[in-house]
Amino acid sequence: MQGLIDRLTALLNDGTVARVLGWKKGDMPYNPEPAIFNSAEELKDFVYDGFCGANLSKMMIEATKLEGKTAVCLKPCDTYSFNQLIREHRVNRDNAYIIGVGCRGKLDIEKIKKDAKGITEISGTELDGQEKVTIKTIYGDKEINYTDALLGRCHVCKGKEHMIADETWGESKDTADQERFEEVQKLEAMTAEERFEFFKNELSKCIRCNACRNVCPACSCRKCVFDNTKFDAQQKANVDSFEEKMFHIIRAFHVAGRCTDCGECSRVCPEGIPLHLFNRKFIKDIDKYYGEFQAGKDPEAQSPLTDFTFEDIEPGERG
Amino acid sequence: MSVNENGEFRPLIVAFCCNWCSYAGADLAGSSRLSYPADVKIIRVPCSGRVNPMFILRAFERGADGVIICGCHPGDCHYSTGNYYARRRMTLLFSMLDYIGVENGRTRVEWCSAAEGAKFSKTMNEFCEKIASLGKNVRLGDLRCKD
Repeated sequence: MQGLIDRLTALLNDGTVARVLGWKKGDMPYNPEPAIFNSAEELKDFVYDGFCGANLSKMMIEATKLEGKTAVCLKPCDTYSFNQLIREHRVNRDNAYIIGVGCRGKLDIEKIKKDAKGITEISGTELDGQEKVTIKTIYGDKEINYTDALLGRCHVCKGKEHMIADETWGESKDTADQERFEEVQKLEAMTAEERFEFFKNELSKCIRCNACRNVCPACSCRKCVFDNTKFDAQQKANVDSFEEKMFHIIRAFHVAGRCTDCGECSRVCPEGIPLHLFNRKFIKDIDKYYGEFQAGKDPEAQSPLTDFTFEDIEPGERG
Repeated sequence: MSVNENGEFRPLIVAFCCNWCSYAGADLAGSSRLSYPADVKIIRVPCSGRVNPMFILRAFERGADGVIICGCHPGDCHYSTGNYYARRRMTLLFSMLDYIGVENGRTRVEWCSAAEGAKFSKTMNEFCEKIASLGKNVRLGDLRCKD
């Protein structure tokens, strides 16, 4: 981590960038938060460890409107989102200096908290850390395998390559050990009744906090349809089970073909709803019906929903 | 959904018809004295590409038992390409509705030109029968506000 801080300090000091977008220490050892650093002194709070799961590319929309360049730390999967934002003309590439930081998978604190209560300190989560994470709690020390505490999205890692970067720092690791569409396939194999029960059960937890929308790099409209007060799905608690379904279907539909499957929606959901299952279903269908497509891989590629062929299958057909 | 005087279930069906083909097709069905059930409520849209997925979900929310979208045949769109985009969108939306456990038969897309009054009437009759056999829309409207 010191190497990264030194490099960022050098960039700030020689005037290449005016500010740095990264993560700073949170009030707990496991909740670093995205932050802007304007000077080398402020960088003393900079942190980059296994809990820096936040995708910073969405914040670049506002950051690149500022005077001067902004250096941003992007993990391999975050660079897909950044490319997608370039595709949609939402970020100014000329005002961004991208540092592709290495990643060996990010940790899910909820998984760690399951058998470690009263956490005071966590060590071994750095990029060059060990296979084991040591957790100090008020009830004694615990050890957990790094790979056992990974976020769900890291099990379907898209690879260690940065899709876009001005320079890279640190080694990355491909942490994929599951089939990307395994969960979706499992659901598809269920009967309609079981699927309905499953989603009813999951979505009834939704409290409409809008965290999924606010964090989603694809949800970057200046005016969001859900903020319209003259609209059925406006921001308010759900009256019935249909409204919560409508919100999530519409949200997934709005990002279909643009979703890079970064998994931020599921990571931030305070109720632990597996929201990526909606997006991944759309990705699976798009791959199946319109050819394999990974949003954000190529900033020039045409999104499948703004494109068509004469031979597309008819709605309702199962190709 | 409504129930007639014999206690028989009558579905409520919303049909989004494109102004240039299907709406004219419905006109032709009328002037040719071809009948289709009064359960079908037609909403005229400029193009099948105008149909926002939200329209379909909202129709279900407000009590529809089935939704059908009718547009020009691919290649015949008044705006050249609107129905091609609609085709992709509806494919994905219907697949998603199926995924969350809503019966697939409640949604349908049919291409119907202004000369196909007979096809329009046949499609609507078929679709009404299908929805009547599926019964009341419980899944999408299970807790919706009753009037």
